[in-house]
Amino acid sequence: MTTPRRETLEKLTPVLTKRWLSPEAWRIDVYEQLDGYAALRKAIAAHPDDLIQLIKDSGLRGRGGAGFPTGLKWGFIPQNDGKPHYLVVNADEGEPGTCKDLPLMTHDPHSLIEGVIIASYAIRANRAFIYIRGEAVHAARRLRNAVQEAYAKGYLGTNILGSGHDLDVVVHSGAGAYICGEETALLDSLEGFRGQPRLRPPFPATHGLYASPTVVNNVGTIASVPYIVLGGPDWWKSMGTEKSSGPMIYSLSGRIANPGQYECGLGVTLRELIELAGGMLPGHNLRFWTPGGSSTPLLTADHIDVPLDFEGVAAAGSILGTTATQIFSDQDCPVYATYKWLEFYHHESCGKCTPCREGNYWMVGIYRRILSGAGTHQDLDTLLDTCDNILGRSFCGLGDGATSPVTSSVQYFKQDYLDYIEGRKAPRLSAKQLVGAH
Amino acid sequence: MGFSDATREKALEIIARYPADRSRSALLPLLHLVQSEEGNVSPAGVEFCAEMLGITKAQVGAVATFYTMYKRRPTGDWLVSVCTNTMCNVLGGQEIYDRLSEYLGVGHDETTADGSITFEHAECLAACDYGPVMTVNYEFFDKVDPDTAVHVVDQLRAGQRPQPTRGARLCTLKELSVQLAGFAEPREEAMADGPAGAPTLRGVRLAQEHGISVPGFDPETPIKSSRGDGAPAAQAAGVAANKPASDLKPAGDTAKPQDRALKEAK
Repeated sequence: MTTPRRETLEKLTPVLTKRWLSPEAWRIDVYEQLDGYAALRKAIAAHPDDLIQLIKDSGLRGRGGAGFPTGLKWGFIPQNDGKPHYLVVNADEGEPGTCKDLPLMTHDPHSLIEGVIIASYAIRANRAFIYIRGEAVHAARRLRNAVQEAYAKGYLGTNILGSGHDLDVVVHSGAGAYICGEETALLDSLEGFRGQPRLRPPFPATHGLYASPTVVNNVGTIASVPYIVLGGPDWWKSMGTEKSSGPMIYSLSGRIANPGQYECGLGVTLRELIELAGGMLPGHNLRFWTPGGSSTPLLTADHIDVPLDFEGVAAAGSILGTTATQIFSDQDCPVYATYKWLEFYHHESCGKCTPCREGNYWMVGIYRRILSGAGTHQDLDTLLDTCDNILGRSFCGLGDGATSPVTSSVQYFKQDYLDYIEGRKAPRLSAKQLVGAH
Repeated sequence: MGFSDATREKALEIIARYPADRSRSALLPLLHLVQSEEGNVSPAGVEFCAEMLGITKAQVGAVATFYTMYKRRPTGDWLVSVCTNTMCNVLGGQEIYDRLSEYLGVGHDETTADGSITFEHAECLAACDYGPVMTVNYEFFDKVDPDTAVHVVDQLRAGQRPQPTRGARLCTLKELSVQLAGFAEPREEAMADGPAGAPTLRGVRLAQEHGISVPGFDPETPIKSSRGDGAPAAQAAGVAANKPASDLKPAGDTAKPQDRALKEAK
């Protein structure tokens, strides 16, 4: 393990993670002592349109993976349309590798609630829902407690702090479906249906929850809002890059000395992150990694100096995603890793559209065949052909995402596939496990 | 099984959280509620939800069977889930799953003969920095290995309640399902359980130890007032983005970020 150099340490930007150091920050009185609800008081004295402009000026982009400009999204909500508006927080964290929202909601739940109140005020919503992943029970426990505390203090309910604005917040637990992290599937689930994505357009901005104007934002996005309200857009932009402003929580896992959450300005590199994490584990050399969860094409040791912002990762042929950097070494097999991800996509495909439902099913079978030593050269072509039929032809991003590890691992690690196919590498799966596979 | 009046009252309380004409939004919490009574979602539970919401049993059944947390067969008090997704898997999750499966004598989504433990493999549990992980009733046991995992289930079967590494002290799956239905944690001490683990705090601690903070933060920074400016343009963009599908290219015609990876792989 190595100690990071000063210049690398200075890449750290503790903003959203700062309160995590206070073990009682989840209690409202402690939160209030730590700047809590100061942003709300400031925001509620401003005009809602000015808050939307403030978020636009900050350059804040969605933290859930797509990076859509948040202020722009808020601005899409039609005003004076006579319809109820909704804010829905996507807290359905489940992208493999991603683990930044759960600690935030567990250790600093009020920062999310405060952001929800400010955002709802800006878009003129009187109801907000936090759709939290069902399995995230401790985070939900703390969030529900935080909502109760906020009601008791008059931060929620009617006439919040005398502003005339009313807001009710419901914490809604999901029930185990990755697809509900897709925003329109989330809305269907929240309406009490199977979580399956909707055809777009129309987009949620005009036809979202209950066919009404709706903003759907990730936890990290909404939790960023109070800091921007307090510190201002220029301070926010002092972190990150020109087009990808602000701090971001990078979730490092895998073959490094100190896995964990590292909040840095957008644009930090994997080399710097690994240095912060104390280096690779002894005996492990970086071989492949995901920049932002398994739905983002794999990168390799050659990409260690790519700036991890929206533009930098796109230029390298991948996607920033949720900044969940899963780090694998020369002791890990990219074919096996991809197989496990494919089993995940197969399991989580909602079944609505054929390319994703069938494509992932068949690809899992092909991976089993390759990994059990019975693969053929044609299997590689079939995999890529299947990806071609899934990518861009699926209803939502789940199908597109499933192709990411497949195409990128074939692109960078074709030899590994050939080693299984041509018998140079011992089968990873036994023939027994092929029973029932097709 | 018939559901009591108290359950009915709880159901009405759940329904009241949602807009009056949108009671169907209460379906997921209602399914958690019936699971909290019966330990799984039975035909009677489906019927109860349908009756409370004025929808058909088929509509409820279609939803109940979509989500993995609704169990279709009776469960034990303890749901043991082992993450076998990629990261936990390469760090040893598969060995943990295999060992526990053999030790308990059950496979995925099955319950032990004594009825105490329901076993499953789980997809990514959003704790990769603590991998490999397993959960008992969704509370985390971090960095487990086959031996510690066996020790946890031994304790459960001996009637003990091992303390999770993070998260709250254990309650039964039925008790937890009440919370999933949206009701508050009744155990005050459980709320305070689960201090942040070292990986969660690693980055922010490093910053603290080395005196790193983000300079220039002034909470008094005024919010610029430009009332009304820019709002009409943004709304026009919103309208444009929501043109009916027929005015646009068919879905999927836009370039995807993954296109390059596919092209280069070919």
